[in-house]
Amino acid sequence: MIDESVIEGVLGAALRTGGDFAEVFAEDRRGSAARLDDGRVEDLASGRDRGAGIRVVVGETTGFAHTSDLSEPGLRAAAEAAAAAARRGGGGVRTVALSRVNAPPPNDVAVLPETVAKAEKVALLRRADEAARATGGAIRQVSAVYGDSRRRILVANSEGVLATDDQVKTRFAVSCVASGDAGLQTGRESVGATVGFELFDRVLVEELARSAASRAITKLSARPAPSGSLPVVIKQGSGGVLFHEACGHGLEADHIAKDVSVFRGKVGQMVASPLVTLVDDGTMGPEWGSLAIDDEGHPAGRNVLIENGVLTEYMWDWLRARQEGRLGTGNGRRESYQHLPMVRMTNTYVLAGTSDPDEIVRQTPHGVYVAQLGGGQVNTATGDFVFGMTEAYLIEDGHITEPLRDANLIGNGPDVLRNIDAVAADFAMGMPGTCGKQGQGVPVGDGQPTLRVSALTVGGTAR
Amino acid sequence: MSGGNSDLLELATRVAGWAQDGEQVEAYVARGRETEVRVYEGEVESLSSAESAGIGIRVVSGSRQGFAYAGSLDADVVHETLDEARDNAGFASPDEWVGLAGPDGVAPADLDLWRDDLAAYPTDVKVARALELERAVRAGDSRIRAVESAEWGDAAVESAVASSTGIRASSRRTVCYLSASAVAGSAADTQTGSGYSVGRSPDDLDLDKAAGDAVRRATRLLGAVKPHSAHLSVVFEPEITATLLAVIGGTLDGEAVLKGRSLFADRVGEEVSVGAITLVDDPTDPEAYGAARFDAEGLATRRNVLIEAGVLREFLYNSYSARRAGTVSTASAVRAGFKSAPGTGARALTVVPGQHSPEEILALVGDGLFVQSVSGVHSGVNPVSGDFSVGAEGVLIRGGELAGPVREFTIASTIQRMLSGVVAVGSDLERLPSSAAGLTLAIADVSMSGE
Repeated sequence: MIDESVIEGVLGAALRTGGDFAEVFAEDRRGSAARLDDGRVEDLASGRDRGAGIRVVVGETTGFAHTSDLSEPGLRAAAEAAAAAARRGGGGVRTVALSRVNAPPPNDVAVLPETVAKAEKVALLRRADEAARATGGAIRQVSAVYGDSRRRILVANSEGVLATDDQVKTRFAVSCVASGDAGLQTGRESVGATVGFELFDRVLVEELARSAASRAITKLSARPAPSGSLPVVIKQGSGGVLFHEACGHGLEADHIAKDVSVFRGKVGQMVASPLVTLVDDGTMGPEWGSLAIDDEGHPAGRNVLIENGVLTEYMWDWLRARQEGRLGTGNGRRESYQHLPMVRMTNTYVLAGTSDPDEIVRQTPHGVYVAQLGGGQVNTATGDFVFGMTEAYLIEDGHITEPLRDANLIGNGPDVLRNIDAVAADFAMGMPGTCGKQGQGVPVGDGQPTLRVSALTVGGTAR
Repeated sequence: MSGGNSDLLELATRVAGWAQDGEQVEAYVARGRETEVRVYEGEVESLSSAESAGIGIRVVSGSRQGFAYAGSLDADVVHETLDEARDNAGFASPDEWVGLAGPDGVAPADLDLWRDDLAAYPTDVKVARALELERAVRAGDSRIRAVESAEWGDAAVESAVASSTGIRASSRRTVCYLSASAVAGSAADTQTGSGYSVGRSPDDLDLDKAAGDAVRRATRLLGAVKPHSAHLSVVFEPEITATLLAVIGGTLDGEAVLKGRSLFADRVGEEVSVGAITLVDDPTDPEAYGAARFDAEGLATRRNVLIEAGVLREFLYNSYSARRAGTVSTASAVRAGFKSAPGTGARALTVVPGQHSPEEILALVGDGLFVQSVSGVHSGVNPVSGDFSVGAEGVLIRGGELAGPVREFTIASTIQRMLSGVVAVGSDLERLPSSAAGLTLAIADVSMSGE
């Protein structure tokens, strides 16, 4: 993308006014997306975006500038702007010698999406549409989206780091609307991985479509969700977002440093049920949140955050690790070259336990069984978090019974972690997610075994 | 009025001129400049400055549409992008209603959304304002324990759209803001609150209001407990009302209606709310944050009355959905920047203000819940079924007065029931950085789920 000699010169220019640290992050992203809606392939969109972001750190101050001009003069101008933004006097010439970071890719990409004919991508959409509509006459509307992206990045900094990565991701989603006596209902299913078009060797789009359609049809007879505190059983692979919100964000070192996390000062302490071991793992094969290096040039890692209920580690980026005089954990990520990196999750999941998932339901006299969760949101300072259920059922006398309408669940992170009273021996990763933080979205994965929270507040309307 | 960006309109017009026989071409070109200053504990934490530019091209050929974009305005990239959009069009399904907008004779509102004094505002002063904001939040109340963030931000955005069907439109706008997030209380009882002020020019910003709101919202919740579940009346702060209006705006998208995805389909002319509710989308209002002279397809914006005295009047359309519905565009095409083809959406929703002050509304409600923040709108509100369930924080209302603060609960209803359950509309119209303005709103019979 950029010559090494140019990078060295640009880093030198960035440090000319006396910075402590300088970094060049260059990105070349191409993507294509195709959308079918209302029985028609509406449009095929493709695009390219490339540029570089330059960061200069002086003391506790970060200066940042970005440019879409990757020529040497363009990069030097951005470097000078970043240095001016960090604004300190001083001076002196520093030279930077780069050495390449070699990090293994989380998995090999077999079929680059750019080598696949557009007609083949569009054909997937039609197959999904047909399969969804064939599921039942109640299906009134189907939309399907195919998307791929290839993101090539180069990171170099004044500590000598030089690293590159080539991140290919492919995704597919189907949304259905069903119509019945009680109005409209929706069902959605999606899949995404850090792979190329070979995703569709193992994923049958017809199955995704049928699953989304069945979900919408099932919900036509759904009754209002309960209102109040109940035991909640969460099916494997449906609710990793619970941990993402209940404690994931609270374990990000920037929230810890700013004293806006309920998990501050808790390393070594019991913060969860002993049944809970939580891991953030960017090296996890083809999963959606995987990467070879993070967006600061450091190899992705497998970091155990909570082990048998004990808090063992936070997640770190370069800046927060530097302030604490320690190493990062490969969690410095950014949405694009136009953004500063910060601490972000990758694939966050809870390890399997020993219980039988069916037995967990049988031993729940009255509660809610969640088969699919949507997104969520947390206030890390208070620990209060919400997450939405998009497929759920009542549990009555140890049996899964009637479907429930959509609602949010609310809990407090530390309370919910302590209230996990059963963890099953099964495990699955969930749907691909986009985690938003301070206006930046990055791809993240989550996963969990079937588990039960002894008390969670279900935000329905049933009287 | 559209002074400084004639080069963008020229480029867009040139690209539109490359349309071949039997083909329509539209180019949307945008350029932005922004600065963001974050301060923390009396120091500049980060200062970012950036310029970006890009182009999005739509090609309609043989009733098929293709789109491509690039984050660059270089000549060779622009040519490649057009070729790519052309190629993409070949893979879409034919659709008789597909097509670009054409001039419709409506004159654009006389709006000037650009302020030269923002461009001339020195970076040092931006830094000083952010530091001053942080100090003001800290000094606002002895119970403020930390200021999680204090920020200055500004942006100047210019754009132009031109098409082979005769569209020529350009516009530019400036925006700046101050925002802060405060943390109050002790480790055992932590609460947070945010405040901000937004304007087109630095002179528009009210630093004291931004600081005061953050302090008041954080301290007001100290000692908050989880409430018992109940069905009660709720009073929304203006910001929460704006969130609700933005959701409702999405359900009034004409395309969602045509495709059977709106709970309001087939209900034009029916009562969907109470008489006190008149909902308008008016981007020609110069005071609206989302004010704009043109929509994303280059048609002059206009005032659209969506709900009039409780009766559903019309939906929002872009040129595609209007053609398909057999009507005319309401100039409601919107884009998320140059990287997306136009969709449909509201820009400047507002409920016509009522007669009551917020205090009168509390008195009117008597006993209920005052809501100051909601969470999980994206995960708990289904705009197709109408199910509405969000996490919330607020203060219980007893005898018409704010009583005990509460947290960790949800409020739930359906969009349909909430519209019918409005009992009072505030007179306190507040402009917010959103596609909707806010005011105090009281709604009866909402479920609160807690203990």
